Amino acid sequence: MIKSKSLSSRIFDIIIIVVLCAVAFTCILPLWYTLAVSFSSKSAAAAGIISLWPVDFNLTSYQQLLSDTQFFKSFWISIQRVVLGAGLNFIVVPLMAYPLSKSVKDFRGRNVIMWTVIFTMLFNGGLIPLYLTVQQLNLMNSVWALVLVGGAQTIVFNIILTINFFRNLPKSLEEAALVDGAGPWYILFKLYIPLSIPVLATVSLFSIVYHWNEFLYGLIFMTREEFYPLQTYIQQLVVSVDPSVMTEDQYKRLSEMSNKTLDAAKIFIAMIPVLVVYPFLQRYFIHGITLGSVKE
Amino acid sequence: MKFKGFAKHYYLMMAPGLVWLFIFSIIPMFGIIIAFQDFNPGRGVFGSEFIGLDTFRYMFQLNDTPIIFFNTIFIAVMKIVGNLIVPLVFALMLNEIRYVRFKRSIQTIVYLPHFLSWVILGGVLLDIFAYQGPINGLLGIFGIEPILFFGKAELFPYLVVGSDIWKEFGFNTIIYLAALTGVNPALYEASGIDGASRMRMLWHVTLPGIRTTAVLLAVLGLGNVLNAGFDQIFNLYNPLVYSTGDIIDTWVYRTGLLNLQYELATAVGLLKSVAGFMLISLSYYLAYKLTDYRIF
Repeated sequence: MIKSKSLSSRIFDIIIIVVLCAVAFTCILPLWYTLAVSFSSKSAAAAGIISLWPVDFNLTSYQQLLSDTQFFKSFWISIQRVVLGAGLNFIVVPLMAYPLSKSVKDFRGRNVIMWTVIFTMLFNGGLIPLYLTVQQLNLMNSVWALVLVGGAQTIVFNIILTINFFRNLPKSLEEAALVDGAGPWYILFKLYIPLSIPVLATVSLFSIVYHWNEFLYGLIFMTREEFYPLQTYIQQLVVSVDPSVMTEDQYKRLSEMSNKTLDAAKIFIAMIPVLVVYPFLQRYFIHGITLGSVKE
Repeated sequence: MKFKGFAKHYYLMMAPGLVWLFIFSIIPMFGIIIAFQDFNPGRGVFGSEFIGLDTFRYMFQLNDTPIIFFNTIFIAVMKIVGNLIVPLVFALMLNEIRYVRFKRSIQTIVYLPHFLSWVILGGVLLDIFAYQGPINGLLGIFGIEPILFFGKAELFPYLVVGSDIWKEFGFNTIIYLAALTGVNPALYEASGIDGASRMRMLWHVTLPGIRTTAVLLAVLGLGNVLNAGFDQIFNLYNPLVYSTGDIIDTWVYRTGLLNLQYELATAVGLLKSVAGFMLISLSYYLAYKLTDYRIF
């Protein structure tokens, strides 16, 4: 762009680079700290002397973690939830998005359905009616409660992203297929879906991350700990406080009582799936989001 | 009519998604009737007696009601403003960087916290800001007495807002960066020939180029005025900070599912849903009027 660089321009560059690095550093530091705690000795963690490097490096907390069967049960429930939730999302989103990407002229019922679908995203009955519905459906303690309730609340946004993406595909493609006598199923599966990998990868990433991270429905729809998904299990373990009155001293003692190194190990393990999926899908999601939302 | 006879296929495609949304989004909406009933879980929604607006009258007499509405709006508005400005500044700084690989690395790092759950980050933050945690250790070097950060009601809303901005700023830069790539490079070249400094280019070329995006995001933020972030606050708060940190959603959870006051929790939830729906509708309307933006 501008080739010749003055001294002030260089200083400007350096300041920006330093600030960017410092800010990016703060995004990693807390995670790094947690990792360091998980490898430290209990006494060092309790005394709060861990900095950026483990103190008295050891693997005790990970050994302890191995004997915690509930952790692995919960991990497995979360995996099931993610597979079922993201799988359903992947099937239902394009099936909904394709007809809804048509104009009213081509599909008469389109607007009524579109507004109904949007309405379910903008308005909800609140927590208690949702809880009673799941109870009535006999879905308490079932992984399907987590898959279906959470999915219904996130799917609409994914549908909208996909509709916008479909609408940006060249019209001539579909017209050419129609001339060749292709039907709607053929056009969707052989034409639209293969061309929509960026947006489908994006909505799948959102769905995977959502189902992995969500904890509240695990807390209210599962009546026993053995059915908790991982985040709910960790939530109960690490940050749960008795929701009655408490004093400052009680609050201080609460954090001293907990097994910090073991908690840190659990937190770190729970992060891993997101850390693993994230770089693969990263190259898709920026493309997917901006194509789906920003229209020229 | 080139799509003649396709409508029945379109409905077939949408059937699974529509059934899903009907059961898990539409049916729970009818549960808001509970707010007007003397609800008896044994008799259910159909068998309970109607009491009209009694629950709403009771709600407005409660001391908690104005507090939770104030806390919600106070925290949400600060978040909306912070989440508009910080990502904008960060995106502008990134935009000044010409080394693509450096830019990419910074982006990869700062997007990461967005994908981690508040269960995880809540656990990490409580540990870092603990009475004997590293932040207090750092302050101790400068002779500052340890602070019980998350136990101080006067600090709590600011810690919540700060940590939310920290988690989301990176991800929120995506939309600004997309807008920045749309600024015509010829404008920079022209102003460079005219001898404009980089600060002047920023002011006269870059900022006007992304003004529409900034206005759009500000208007859409209006729809979030009642969303202070349940997941985050639920994982960070404790009874010591209820006076400044308890929001509508956390209060509804405790009142409804822990104290089993179904009618009251549903009534407050309903009030929030209705007000939220009106705010979002207004924001979409304004976004359309001001920037010609449509969500679908």
